[in-house]
Amino acid sequence: MRMKDYSALSLLRRAIVTSTPERPVWRSPDPAPRYDVLIIGGGGHGLATAYYLARNHGITRVAVLEKGWIGSGNSGRNTTVVRSNYLFPESAGIYEFSLQLYEKLSRDLNFNIMLSQRGLVSLAHSRHELESFRNWVNCVQLNGVDAELLTIGEIRDLIPILNVSADSCLPILGGMQQGRAGVARHDAVVWAYARAADRLGVDIVQNCEVTGFVRDDAGICGVHTTRGTIRAGRVGLAVAGHSSVLAEMAGFRLPIRSYALQAFVSEPVKPVLDKVVLSGTLGVYVSQSDKGELVVGGGLDHYQSYAQRGSIGTVEDTVASLLELFPCFSRLRLLRQWAGTVDVVRDSSPIIGASPVAGLYVNCGWGTGGFKAIPGGGWVFAHTLATGEPHPLAAPFALARFERGALIDEAAAAGIAH
Amino acid sequence: MLLIHCPCCGPRDETEFTCAGESHVQRPQPPEEVTDARWAQYLFFHRNPRGVVCERWCHVLGCGQWFNVARETVTHEIRKVYAMGEPRPEV
Repeated sequence: MRMKDYSALSLLRRAIVTSTPERPVWRSPDPAPRYDVLIIGGGGHGLATAYYLARNHGITRVAVLEKGWIGSGNSGRNTTVVRSNYLFPESAGIYEFSLQLYEKLSRDLNFNIMLSQRGLVSLAHSRHELESFRNWVNCVQLNGVDAELLTIGEIRDLIPILNVSADSCLPILGGMQQGRAGVARHDAVVWAYARAADRLGVDIVQNCEVTGFVRDDAGICGVHTTRGTIRAGRVGLAVAGHSSVLAEMAGFRLPIRSYALQAFVSEPVKPVLDKVVLSGTLGVYVSQSDKGELVVGGGLDHYQSYAQRGSIGTVEDTVASLLELFPCFSRLRLLRQWAGTVDVVRDSSPIIGASPVAGLYVNCGWGTGGFKAIPGGGWVFAHTLATGEPHPLAAPFALARFERGALIDEAAAAGIAH
Repeated sequence: MLLIHCPCCGPRDETEFTCAGESHVQRPQPPEEVTDARWAQYLFFHRNPRGVVCERWCHVLGCGQWFNVARETVTHEIRKVYAMGEPRPEV
């Protein structure tokens, strides 16, 4: 990989020498008639999967098919939080692996993903919640992940603008923190994986919608698209909220419901908040971006939706919760509001591995937390697509767990209410 | 914001209602003959169409009545409101 990309010197040179036009960072090839592996969905998970297929497994005859443009779905609609403080060892395994990959990603891909491990503070508003936080912190630590309990005094010192008054509607009694959690620049993650995968020979095909599957006696052996029929040895599905639609096309059902999950940003202000703050009870979380905007997320909308836009009722609830925590934000205006279609599973855990149809593999069900799992999800899904076998970290997340009753119920640790 | 026509109270904002998910899901019987696969289908593998979905709604902040709503999941257009126990409509 050429080290001059986006160095300070090269940017300066571009500023002075304007005669050389910008080169596209990745190619836009027409799809070939056949690939070893096809990945449907050009979000973070799809692109990371393609990159690790090429880098870890040497499989470079790979195409990523994207209906719109890369990163235009949930990868461009999330609130950029990364963390790994999950309750169960299975979850800690994959999310912690993912966070460790994030910690090295800027260097690995030679692309600044602006990872800021500023710490995520979760707030407890009742004795019972405080008790469950003690249990949660112990579990997280036993999983080998960093976590600490915070007293109300420590929270006040960390977040001076937080309303810790005992007179508030739901007073804060304590909290917990994962110090290594934080935020990363979501577009940079998409672009970094796209560029790195492209350079290893992966074809990124945008504006190419899958309209059906090609079958032979063994199962699925390709896809019909708006840009022609493409055959493949294996097909991987990484389409988040639209997983059920593609699964129906292939002739099976997934235990997924699609909901709108909203986020908003305020007008930019000077630095006031250097933590990610989350309250499960109030159903809100917030961080401040490098541009100064407050990035705010809330709970799911209340009914199934593919609309990619949310209900104003949920906006009002979320904003009311935000102002309960931070009364000083009351005069800020929201600049933008949007929603992504998220794939919610009953146990709030992903589904990774073989589908009921031979030749087709799924990576879905990340629900409200797919962004933090991009590097790890891509890594283990690439393993599955390369070998046909689940990666050890992905094995507990097989589709078969629903029949066996071996659910990994992360409803509480999934952060925001499902 | 949806405007939902409660069969008892008339048009009200969606914030007065709660949505309890898919209608017409039949519990498989008899229990001793239900396989693990069939039970998992019943519990977890529900319809998630990009199109019309039939749901149970309750007017919790009004009359407290339950009823069914046939709703489009992309446009959120409500195609039909019908009583509990009625069959799935053709919409």
